[in-house]
Amino acid sequence: MATAAIDTHDAHAGGEHPPTSTGLNNTKVAIWAFIGSECFFFASLISTYLIYRGRSPVGPFPHDTWKDPATGHVFKGILNIPITSVSTFVLLMSSLAMVLAHSAVVRGDRKSSKIWLAATAFLGATFLGFQAYEFTSFVHEGLTIHTNLFGSSFFVLTGFHGAHVTAGVIWLLTLLSIDMKRGLTPDEAINVDVCALYWHFVDVVWIAIFTLVYLIK
Amino acid sequence: MATTVSLPETPHREPTHKYESGVWSWLATTDHKRIGQLYLYTSLFWFIVGGIEAAIIRAQLYNPNSHLVTAQTYNELFTMHGTTMIFLVIMPLSAAFFNFLIPLQIGARDVAFPRLNAFSYWVFLFGGLFLNSSWFLHAAPNGGWFGYAPLTTRPFSPGLNIDFWVIGLQILGISSLAAGFNFITTIINMRAPGMHFMRMPIFSWMAFVTQFLIILAFPIITVALTFLMLDRFFGTNFYEIQAGADPLLWQHLFWLFGHPEVYILILPAFGLVSEVLPVFSRKPLFGYPVMVYSGILIATLGFGVWAHHMFAAGMGPIADAFFSITTMLIAIPTGVKIFNWLGTMWGGSLRFTTAMKFAIGLVALFTIGGISGVMHSSPPSDLQQTDSYFIVAHFHYVLFGGSMMGLFAGLYFYYPKITGRLLNEKLGNWHFWLTAIGMNLTFFPMHFLGLDGMPRRISSYDAGQGWESNNHLASYGAALIVLGTIFFAYNWFTSLRRGAVAGNDPWGGATLEWMIPSPPPDYNFATIPKVTSRYPLWDRKSPELTVNVPHDSQDEQKMDVKIGGQSTGTASAPSDTKLNAPHAHPSARQLGIMMPTPTTKPLIAAFALGTVFVGLIMHKNLPIMLTAAAIFVFSLYNWLLTPLEPEHH
Repeated sequence: MATAAIDTHDAHAGGEHPPTSTGLNNTKVAIWAFIGSECFFFASLISTYLIYRGRSPVGPFPHDTWKDPATGHVFKGILNIPITSVSTFVLLMSSLAMVLAHSAVVRGDRKSSKIWLAATAFLGATFLGFQAYEFTSFVHEGLTIHTNLFGSSFFVLTGFHGAHVTAGVIWLLTLLSIDMKRGLTPDEAINVDVCALYWHFVDVVWIAIFTLVYLIK
Repeated sequence: MATTVSLPETPHREPTHKYESGVWSWLATTDHKRIGQLYLYTSLFWFIVGGIEAAIIRAQLYNPNSHLVTAQTYNELFTMHGTTMIFLVIMPLSAAFFNFLIPLQIGARDVAFPRLNAFSYWVFLFGGLFLNSSWFLHAAPNGGWFGYAPLTTRPFSPGLNIDFWVIGLQILGISSLAAGFNFITTIINMRAPGMHFMRMPIFSWMAFVTQFLIILAFPIITVALTFLMLDRFFGTNFYEIQAGADPLLWQHLFWLFGHPEVYILILPAFGLVSEVLPVFSRKPLFGYPVMVYSGILIATLGFGVWAHHMFAAGMGPIADAFFSITTMLIAIPTGVKIFNWLGTMWGGSLRFTTAMKFAIGLVALFTIGGISGVMHSSPPSDLQQTDSYFIVAHFHYVLFGGSMMGLFAGLYFYYPKITGRLLNEKLGNWHFWLTAIGMNLTFFPMHFLGLDGMPRRISSYDAGQGWESNNHLASYGAALIVLGTIFFAYNWFTSLRRGAVAGNDPWGGATLEWMIPSPPPDYNFATIPKVTSRYPLWDRKSPELTVNVPHDSQDEQKMDVKIGGQSTGTASAPSDTKLNAPHAHPSARQLGIMMPTPTTKPLIAAFALGTVFVGLIMHKNLPIMLTAAAIFVFSLYNWLLTPLEPEHH
């Protein structure tokens, strides 16, 4: 028990630690339940965004040009699809790195596990960098959470996704630092597995957001 | 007597930790039974608070044109009465039973994540205190328990009142979600050998279904509340009509949560009643699989009926028709349950204990509330009743007549398991009859008041509209409920010391929790039992009751649980007090069972998390919020990087 880093113990307290009823690790069952709950969370956010599409009387708008009648200033459609496509690609590749990191820990390949954990965290952080750039440029162009319904629902939806990515990066860095300090053993692979489940989920949510918010006009 | 229980000799005094006695043993506990009791006492306290609020409401409405409280205070009273009874009484009282019973019923030593369990409780405690601290600032929430936006946005509800409500509910949601993941994992993964799903006690089943409702419904209100919080604190436009917002967005999100919430409130009570009725009818539950399936069906359909709360909003004929039909459909599995309970009692040898009376009370009174509920499924009929006292009558029949009656049945039934002593049946009888008569006297006349046109949520009414006598009756009924509750409280506290000693199985129960001592030792089961049918204890004690229940092969039917070296299979039943004598059962340490180390880390994490929200309500006080968030993250790491159990090298 002393080597376990994250709270994944078979909490079925008892000297002998009987196996679980399903044979699945407790934390893994819990993370699946958590992911189910998160689906409803993001579904509510995405639905709100979709319901509010095209309802704002004032711009800037995601895709369409808008001329402010008061100032005569012209706002182009604000979403930058090429740049977001790059950041989407980066995030998708991070899922690949995550798979490789998990398989390295399972194999007990300590060199690869460190590389791929670091790569996953780095790609996740790069995605966040893109998002920070996107948010600041939107604010410069005149779109904040106060501006209109689009601003409120866009920033809150993508902001919550970004917060999930941030939590994932911190989780990955924690695993990486444990790996650097004393090495993750194959029987601790479950800790990486659970993190990977969360990471892939956050990725899948982004695919939905990218399609529904950015690609569909 | 003690000679029949062979205890290992303890040559030296065991080392005791400060976390093993006194107040620290509660603050640092990770034991599901202690956490269950914390939930129990906290929610009973809030029951008194919510009851006082209700009593003031009934005192105000006793006479027309009453000025006992101002209209403003009245708004606060009905808002806090509803919020308290739903989020601080019925949900946590159900959680008390989840905590105490699920591991015992499925044959486990604790929940899957004992420290997360403690965290859930402390967050709940913090949320309740936070919400009610608003009274001391004269800023109690005043927007109704449903908090309709845009009414609750800053321009229409300035002041701290709604801030307390939004943030308080957000905190309580975190607690419920954490507990939901925990119990789902516990039930999926920690069932004793042989306890497959269709052998699980029906309370655990209903608890299992309820957890799914919680983890799927709470994210929705979390989003709705987050929008409202952002609107109020950070100037977003989610509920700003001028910005083009949809005035129905809140209603849809809220009732998408709110209707499943109704089943979150009633299913645990259904589960408790389904445990009580078979035991006091001396018959297996009639149609166990159908009871399970109808519970699942209620939960599933529960996500498809939300807009029947919104017929008056004018959604159009298609939406009205759809939600009307789903609402009628959901009455079917609910009706199935009622008939199964009747079938359970039919031909049984009934024993009218207090628990049984409350259980029958649920069957009768919930049915009345269910029938008036079906009346609302028809939009034209609903339009006549909406926002009138008819609705108040309806949901008090399902929540008081249903949930609370079921929870009282559970309290009388499980009090001996929790405390080791029985509640006094005579006082219990007074409690039941005062509550049942008072409840009907309070809420039945409200049907007529509603049909006579008396609106909900009004602080006073004019004389001469024909509403006086029914309001008099309702207020008299409330007084009877208060009196009944005094009997209950007196019974509760005197029985702790003077109640008859319960023994393992005072009622002739059928499920695993009745084969271990009352109160159970911290490890619950010295040896994890092997389960061979739905009614393991009846198999052993009264096999004639379970001949028609599916079993494994005959030779597997022997149940054997060892307590203190003595097999319970050889103990005399049912009121065996030998094993129940103080310290008659060995400690976990003596048996070599590894239990989770007591720890205050979940407590620290919960209070740090709560303090972030305190900082938010103090005009976004960033130093407080950031410090508390840093402490939260630190305590989370500290918690997750510490092994659950004592290290053994």
